[in-house]
Amino acid sequence: MAAETLMADRRQLAAAGSPVLQVQAVHKRFAAAGGEVEALRAVDLAVARGEFVCLIGASGCGKSTLLRLIGGFETPSEGQVLMDGRPVTGPGPERGMVFQDYGLFPWLSVRRNIEFGLVARGRPRAEVRTTAERFIEIIGLARFADAYPHQLSGGMKQRVAIARVLANDAAVVLMDEPFGALDAMTRERLQDELLSLWSSTGLTVLFVTHAIEEAILLADRIVVMSPGPGRITAEVPVRLARPRDVVSVPFNDLRRDLAALLHGPAP
Amino acid sequence: METRAGTPPGLLAAVFPAALLALWWGATRDAPDGLIPQPGQVLHEFLDLAGLLGNNDSFSGTLWANLLASSERVFGGFLLAAVVALPLGLLIGQVLLVRRMLDGTLQLLRPVPVTAWQPLFLILFGLGSHTALLLVTLGCFYPILLNTVFGVRNVEPRLFEAAAMLGVSRAAMFPKVVLPSALPGIFTGLRLGLGFAWVVIVVGEISGVSTGLGAMITDAREVSRTDVVIAGMVTIGLAGFLSDQAILLASRRLLRWSPQHGG
Repeated sequence: MAAETLMADRRQLAAAGSPVLQVQAVHKRFAAAGGEVEALRAVDLAVARGEFVCLIGASGCGKSTLLRLIGGFETPSEGQVLMDGRPVTGPGPERGMVFQDYGLFPWLSVRRNIEFGLVARGRPRAEVRTTAERFIEIIGLARFADAYPHQLSGGMKQRVAIARVLANDAAVVLMDEPFGALDAMTRERLQDELLSLWSSTGLTVLFVTHAIEEAILLADRIVVMSPGPGRITAEVPVRLARPRDVVSVPFNDLRRDLAALLHGPAP
Repeated sequence: METRAGTPPGLLAAVFPAALLALWWGATRDAPDGLIPQPGQVLHEFLDLAGLLGNNDSFSGTLWANLLASSERVFGGFLLAAVVALPLGLLIGQVLLVRRMLDGTLQLLRPVPVTAWQPLFLILFGLGSHTALLLVTLGCFYPILLNTVFGVRNVEPRLFEAAAMLGVSRAAMFPKVVLPSALPGIFTGLRLGLGFAWVVIVVGEISGVSTGLGAMITDAREVSRTDVVIAGMVTIGLAGFLSDQAILLASRRLLRWSPQHGG
């Protein structure tokens, strides 16, 4: 328990040192029917290497927009996003994205989906094969290696989507409500699997969710966002030892605090 | 809708044709020499056309030569259409400049039916089998072209994002994402095109050629051999069905990944 807290503290320290991701004074405006919509206003965020950060907020708070800006799928109207100190100009393999709707290539088998990024980047065939084999093993889909996405359950599809960005050497994994479409049992299992993947690698995870419990269960730090215009309103470190007990008193205290931050204090 | 389990699908599919046959038989039973021949007479004529009976009239044994002539025009015209429509469809779907240049013209020509083109084709290309072949080409052209364009233009946008974040460059998007995504649309176009080719071939063979199933039907009508006409119709139906099955087989193999196509 002490070691866990120490690790979290070290991540906080690292955040102060050289963050892997920096969002600096980012504004984002979209053209809409009735003029412009301000999706994000003056957002600053730094994420340390190896940190697990959850972005949480009501719909319309811009949490997905922020993630897409970091992913390079959108460009900021003002400000900039830095990855390892260099400005982000577009999507790239060092920032792997996991979508809620999976985004697997339906014409490729599980194996080929996992190999896709490595092949696209021209890695040698032997490396492609062994890397894919390793990640198929890690996500426990050896029996389904030659199955096509439409033959898989939602949980299996999301495992493949996670494996393909990890196989492709992503240093940062951006996850946009990745477990939102899954049933409760599958979601809990995938949360556990994600945590063990994260703790066994040096991975940095930025995870968007609207579920308070999920954020407390997973994150080193929870970034709370509010709508109208979208902005960061609080940052809450989670100093609970892992594995976290969802019915423990400190877990529930934190849940209450976050609910108050999100919806206003309870009556 | 799903059929109830336990009823073999082959049996179900046979119910309607059997009823039609019974109706036909019932309606012509008392008129062996009427305008409409009896089913048995048509079967008899079909076997004679195939050269299995020795009736020795002018149609006896001519089925295979006519079927071969029509097949050559159908598949020749189909291949020619595919060779032109596939690359053109990919270009129109992918390149905005080409789309803006050609889309208007193609949409304007599309409603003109093959039958309306036939007189012009006869003037331009003369009497002969290449005019029939070109009519088939024209008939196949639009289904293949439009479905290819549709396939290219309707790639799931998420897949471009997924490919981009995995390291696929803009230039590589076409072979890596667009082409495989468009394949089901392309196959739909090929299937519709080949089906339409068998429709058009009869129109193409009505005038100007002496061989082919269309020519055979036209000749038979002129000498009031309705049994030959119907036997010819059945042959066209069977040939179209078999070539459709061939395309289906190919698409089941190539589109195993697609829940709508894979067998």
